[in-house]
This record gives sequence, C-alpha cells and structure tokens, in this order.
Amino acid sequence: MPDILIIGAGVTGCAVARVLSRYEARITVIDRGADVAEGASKANSGIVHAGFDAHPGTLKAALNVEGAKMYPALCQELGVPYSQPGALVIGFTEEDRATLERLVKQGIENGVPGVRLIERDDVLAMEPNTNPDVLCALYAPTSGLTSPYEMTFALADHAAVNGVKFVLNEEAEGVAYGQDGKWHVTTDKGERVCDILINCAGVGSANIHNMMNSERLEIVDRRGQYYLLDRMATLPFKMTMFQCPTRMGKGVLVSPTVHGNLLLGPSAEDIPDELDTATTAEGLKFVLDKSRLTWPKVTTRGTITNFSGIRAHEKNGDFVIGAVKGCKNAYETVGIESPGLSAAPAIGERLGAQIAEEMGLARKAEIVPPVRRSKPFHEMTTEERAEAVAKNPLYGNLVCRCEVVTEAEIREAIRRPVGATTIDGVKRRTRAGMGRCQGGFCSPRVAEIIAEELGISMLEVTKCGGESRLLVGTIHDAMKKEG
Amino acid sequence: MKKRLVDVLVIGAGPAGLAAAIAAKEDGIDNLLVLEREHNPGGILRQCIHNGFGLHRFKEELTGPEYAQRDIDKAAELGIEIQTDTTVLAVDGERHLVTCVSSRHGVELIEAKAIVLAMGCRERPRGALGTPGTRCAGIYSAGTAQKFVNLEGYMPGKRVVILGSGDIGLIMARRMTLQGAKVLACVELMPFSSGLNRNIVQCLNDYNIPLYLSHTVVDIKGRERLTGVTVAKVDENRQPIPGSEIEFDCDTLLLSVGLIPENELSEGAGVKLSPLTSGAEVDDTLQTSVPGVFACGNVLHVHDLVDHVSNESFKAGHAAAAYARGGLTPGVTVQVLDGDGVRGTVPQFIRKGASDSVDLMFRPSGVFRNATCVVTCGEREIARKKAMIFTPGEMAVVKLKPEVVAGLDAAVTVKIERS
Repeated sequence: MPDILIIGAGVTGCAVARVLSRYEARITVIDRGADVAEGASKANSGIVHAGFDAHPGTLKAALNVEGAKMYPALCQELGVPYSQPGALVIGFTEEDRATLERLVKQGIENGVPGVRLIERDDVLAMEPNTNPDVLCALYAPTSGLTSPYEMTFALADHAAVNGVKFVLNEEAEGVAYGQDGKWHVTTDKGERVCDILINCAGVGSANIHNMMNSERLEIVDRRGQYYLLDRMATLPFKMTMFQCPTRMGKGVLVSPTVHGNLLLGPSAEDIPDELDTATTAEGLKFVLDKSRLTWPKVTTRGTITNFSGIRAHEKNGDFVIGAVKGCKNAYETVGIESPGLSAAPAIGERLGAQIAEEMGLARKAEIVPPVRRSKPFHEMTTEERAEAVAKNPLYGNLVCRCEVVTEAEIREAIRRPVGATTIDGVKRRTRAGMGRCQGGFCSPRVAEIIAEELGISMLEVTKCGGESRLLVGTIHDAMKKEG
Repeated sequence: MKKRLVDVLVIGAGPAGLAAAIAAKEDGIDNLLVLEREHNPGGILRQCIHNGFGLHRFKEELTGPEYAQRDIDKAAELGIEIQTDTTVLAVDGERHLVTCVSSRHGVELIEAKAIVLAMGCRERPRGALGTPGTRCAGIYSAGTAQKFVNLEGYMPGKRVVILGSGDIGLIMARRMTLQGAKVLACVELMPFSSGLNRNIVQCLNDYNIPLYLSHTVVDIKGRERLTGVTVAKVDENRQPIPGSEIEFDCDTLLLSVGLIPENELSEGAGVKLSPLTSGAEVDDTLQTSVPGVFACGNVLHVHDLVDHVSNESFKAGHAAAAYARGGLTPGVTVQVLDGDGVRGTVPQFIRKGASDSVDLMFRPSGVFRNATCVVTCGEREIARKKAMIFTPGEMAVVKLKPEVVAGLDAAVTVKIERS
C-alpha cells in the first residue's frame, strides 16, 4: 500500500484527500495551521460561482462549471449549508453592456445554465435596493452560496473516517526525491517520507513546485478585505451582486452569506507577505466606496467584523493541476484562487482519478459514509429542540446567546473526526462567537469546554493555535511575580 | 411540552429583574417566576467586586456582589422562585408566551399575564468600531476581561491598552494594575470621558495611567497574540490626524466603547425600540408598546448607577403586578421629547392623569457647565434643575412631582440651557 502525503489542508487538499480515501493507500495530510481551512479557505466570499467569469478553454472555466454542478448534491451528502439565490453582474454604461454581453456569451460557451442579459427594470424589480442608475445586468440563476470553511471541515471529516490522517501545526519546508525512490519532505517537526507527494499548499504551493520543477511558477499573494454585517430582519439583497469588470478594476460584491449575514468586498492588493491577513483603513474604505456603487444606501451599522484573506494568484492566470512535470509520483494544485472554492469538488474528483489511475491504486471494497453534523439547535423547531434536550440535556445549556449555540454542539464540534482544538475552530464549526457580541459572553465558557474536552489547562487554550493564548496566567501567579 | 401559567414572569435575575420581582411579590403576586440564564442570580454585579454600589439606595458603600446579595436574600425571604441555568429563546408578545430551555427542565412554555424584560446589556465589540489590523488573541471587551480576572482567577494579559473610557474600562484599568499588569494608556475618541468622574480620579489618576482624550486606536498588530497597537489623535470630525501616531507595545487591548441594551427578545416580541436608547419605548409605568410587557434596567437604557436601576425596576414590578390583576388600564399619553442638549429621555410617554412622581432620565448630548435643565409642558415650565456640570458620562435625572404629573396636558420637552 503506497504512502501518500498531501501538503495543505485547505478546501483543495481536503477534496483531493477525500477522493483518494476511496483507494487503498496510507494517506496523511499536513498543514502549518492549527486547523484545516486556515488559509484562503477560511476567508473568501463563499460564492459557488456559476462559471461565466473564466475564459473558455481554461481549467478555471471547466472545473468551475463542473464543480458548481456538484455542489447541491455534495452539500446535501456532507451536511454543508448551500443555497442558490442567483447572481447579478450590474453595468451602468454602454461599455459595461458590451462587457456583460461578452460575459453572457462566455457563460453560454462554458455551459452555464440560464445565464442571460436583463434590463434595468427587471434588475430593479428583482433587487429594488440596487443603484437606480443601473443600465442592465448579467443574470446567473445558478450562482450559489456556501460556507467555505464548513465545506472544508466536512471534506476533511469524511476523508478522516475513511482513514486519512490529518497532522496540523506542521509546515513543509523542503522536498526532495530520494535515491530510494521516495519523496522526502522536511518539515519544522522533522522529516516525512512518502511514495506519492501531492502539493495543495495554497499560497505556498509555488514555493514547493519550484523545489521540484525548473519551470518556475510564481504566486502573487493577493489580499482581499471584507466587511461582514450582522444578520438583519430583511437583507437589502437576496442575490449576489457583482459589479461589471471595467478598466478601473474588478469591483466588489455585495452578497448575502449562506448564514444570512451580508458581506461586502473584497479589495484586491498584491502584498509581499503571504501571511499578512491584517485589514487596513485604505482597504476597508475602498470596499465601502465601491459597495456604494451597487448599494447607494450602504451602511456599516451592524458590522460584526472586518477580515481579509489571501488568494494565491498564479502569474499566468490559470489553475495548474496535475502531475508535476519531470517528476515521478508527484502531483500539484497551484494557483487555486477564485473560483477555487467552486471548483474544489471537481479538482478533487479529477486529480484523484488521475492519481489513482496512474499510480495503479486499488479501490477499497467499502467506503464509510460521511458522519453528518447534527442539525444546529438554531435551526430546530421548538418540538425538535424539546426532543434534542430530552435525548441530550447538554442541548439545554445555551452557550452562545447571539447565534443560539448549545454546549452539546460545542462538544460535538471538538469530537468531530477532525475536531476543533481552538476558539476559532469552535466558532467556525458551530458559529459560537460569530454573532453580534463577537464572543464577549461565550468565549470564557467555550475555552473551558475546550480545556475539558482536550484535557488541557485553560492557560493552554488558544484562539487560533501557536502563541495565540487567551490567558497569560492565573491572578495568583501574577501576584507572586510582583513579590 | 410542559406549559405553565404565571401571573408575572421576569426575564433576568440581575439587579433589575430582582427588584421587579420583589416589588411584584410585595404587591401580593404569588404566582411569580424569574428566569435567569446564568447559574447564579445577581447578573453582572457578580463580577463587579469593587465598591461604590448602593450609596443612594442603602446609604452605604457596597461591592457589587454585596449589593446583589441584599436583593437575592430579600427574594429568598419572600419566597420568590428563581429558575437559573435557563435561557429564554423567544417571547411572543401578543400571546404573552415565553419559550425557554434548560438542561434540567428541557424546553418549557410559560404563559404570563404580565412580562418584565430585564435582560441587561452587552458590550460593543471591536467589529462595531471598524478598527483595522489583525485579528489576533489578546483583544477583549473590558467586561470579558473582568469576568476572567474576578470570577475565574485568570489574567488575560500583562501590558494593557484600554480603548474607550467607559466605566468598566476604567475599573479594569485599576483592577489589572492591582493585579500586577502594566496599564499603558486609556484612549478615548471623544474630547471627554464617557465614564463617571469618580472613576477617572480613582482608577486612572491615582495610578498615573494617562488618559488620551480625542485619540483612538488606528492599527492592531500581532499575528497570533497581540504585540502592539497604534494610537493617533483625531480631529473634530473624529478622523485620525496623520503624523500624530503613538506606538504602544502591549499584549492586551481592552475595549470599553459602549454598552448596548440586549433587546433581541424584545424585538421578537414586537416591542418598539427607540433608536436613541436602543431600548424599548415606555410610558411612566415602564410599559412598552406591547400591552402587558414591561422593561427596566439596562435593557431599557444603559444606566451608570445600579441604584437607579433598582428604583426604576421596582416601578416596573409594581406596574406589572397591577397589570396582572387587571388594575392598569390603557389611557391617553403625552409624549416626552428631547430638546437642546438632551438625548434619549426615558420614559418617552406619560399617561394623562397619572398620579405618581416621574423621573425623567436622559444623557446630556455634550458637556455643559453651570447649566440648567428645563422641562416644559407646552409653553409652561414645569420643572428645572441646576447643575455644576451636565456630561454624557453621567445620566441626568429630573423629577416631576405628582401634582405636576397630574396636570400634564401637552407634550413635555426636556432641554438644557446654558447659564
């Protein structure tokens, strides 16, 4: 049975791992983060793009459309939230109209269902809060929404119950093909040896590629900043509202999230540091100014947070997926930026099938079905809630009041196959701390539950791994040091 | 599912809920229930271990837990039922039906003749400020830090900057200092503090902690744990002034940037909220726009002093008791309006022909020295109160005497006149 090592536990790495877990192999996924989905997969727009954006004939176009088609059934199977409200790309000038007509044509060529141009009155009838200066729009009824990190968790969990091992907090630093015919990966923790190496390292993927292949690839770290607004009684838009790409840039989106928040963004800045996910005053102002074009009454009242994510943009513009040229037993996914989330399921299937065939992997006799996450208390009816508490009294202990999350759900999130180990991990799996108080009330209790479940001290609980500890000591320690 | 009928249901067993329950019980309401989400009654007072509570009500200086204990003891003595570890999930205002959950009793439905909302408030989080920077560990609201230190015995950090000069932030500046941390600065966006003057003196000045007025945090640094913040001076439009930046090396940023009444349940019940107070609009009996639903304490409007919370809540409890007995009939009201220098006066309405005194409570919209608060009814002046200083950090109270209240025949306006 071959040993397979996947570098990177983002949505792509986890999708590949899940497909390969159907075959006889010992598979390990490593990631430098303290959790899966710690890179671009945790901070993006969460849009399942319809697929009109990419040029026909590119991998982006093909895999986007293929992936988007898989989403409804896959989300159903894995228990990941998904909705399909559709999208509009709005234009204001005749020049925009020409661009949108080209995009419609491109969409049809890419095989996007139902994509068409609609006129001003229809735009305003569909989305009355749109800037009334709008001239026309591209309408893509199949544009969808999901939760990018929840998709990643679910893919990882499914892979894990089928035998894939996830090793977090371990960063690949060097790769070399040994005389023993195996790949040797040096990490910050030591060395890992495998028969088949798969590079899904996101913003780090080009570095690893360049250690293996002389045809250099170059990733530009492109930061996108966002505003996330609180859930409201009625959202100003039901659909994802894109802006027409112009010579002035790509514009920003105003979109509901799959959880009913409102998202504004992203900016696009090329930055020198692939880990610099800070937001800036300029970036946030850009997002707000641009959003006003779509939504003249834009407001940041009810802002829950601002955040940024880094997209791994490969200089040639397309995904690089497949066997690493000139190398034995090595595969890669490089430059997976938008529409990477939409494409991820298709990337997993395609690359997984290719590896299985070329490496002669044997199919397992049996595949364990996904262990779906229990229905969130927040989404239950009163009767379902009564039943849940009767079965498990921990459903009676509300921990996060803003998002209505119970102790039972938090413990379950920590006990998942690839479970939460940090405050952020619990937050992304359960939404505890995701609401309007931003964890002010619940984070001390969440920390206690993590400490209990993992058998660690409160002082070891972190927000997101590494040195991100919540607490620096007890008050007794503090007094002692003071003498 | 169990359904229980009560006369008066109080949501929250902090100082407001306890006072409302005590008043209702003393008025003879025996079928009375208080629901509390925490394990113990007492609300936020439990973590306020400093003193300074009760000067008005008890004429002595108590700590928060001592103040709360007096009401908890009184409630026990009166035989008031407080069901703790129970979270209210929804309030149906029309049917007076409350859904709650606890691990012990599961999901329960409670129908009440009158409901008192006493859920308190929460702190404004970082997201609401839009401060750019990283999202590292080490950023806490002052109340969360207070809970860690005072209830759980943990230190959230060693080198601290405090953004905002609300009372909890000031109290925590002193608390963290006494506990061995170094508090480098308290930074306030406005040209004045939003905290009580006594707290500025006793918590900052006494410990040589600098207060930077008209300053704010413009950048937050640190990948995993906070490593520093950048503070800048702001102009009269509250915009940072380039070149005025000061860097602080710190591992902790505490936020004390305002409190927001926690009204999600009230909104679900159909209660009309005031955009100025973020709490319910009420009449002089503390009744909201939904008949039989009352609100008091910090869920109604954010107070500075718990003594005022208790007083207000006794009133709400008495009114809820009267309503439950059918003795509080709807009537015509006059409106209470904010005039110059006044924001968010509570109550917003007074019933014509009411016979009790009414406390008009509001926040001055700026700092006024040697000024007078004047209350008029139509053209007629009905009350005035002089003060050395009116400031947004201290809630102002003007009492309308019973005979004045009885004679109200037109809208009431509250304003501040400079002398």
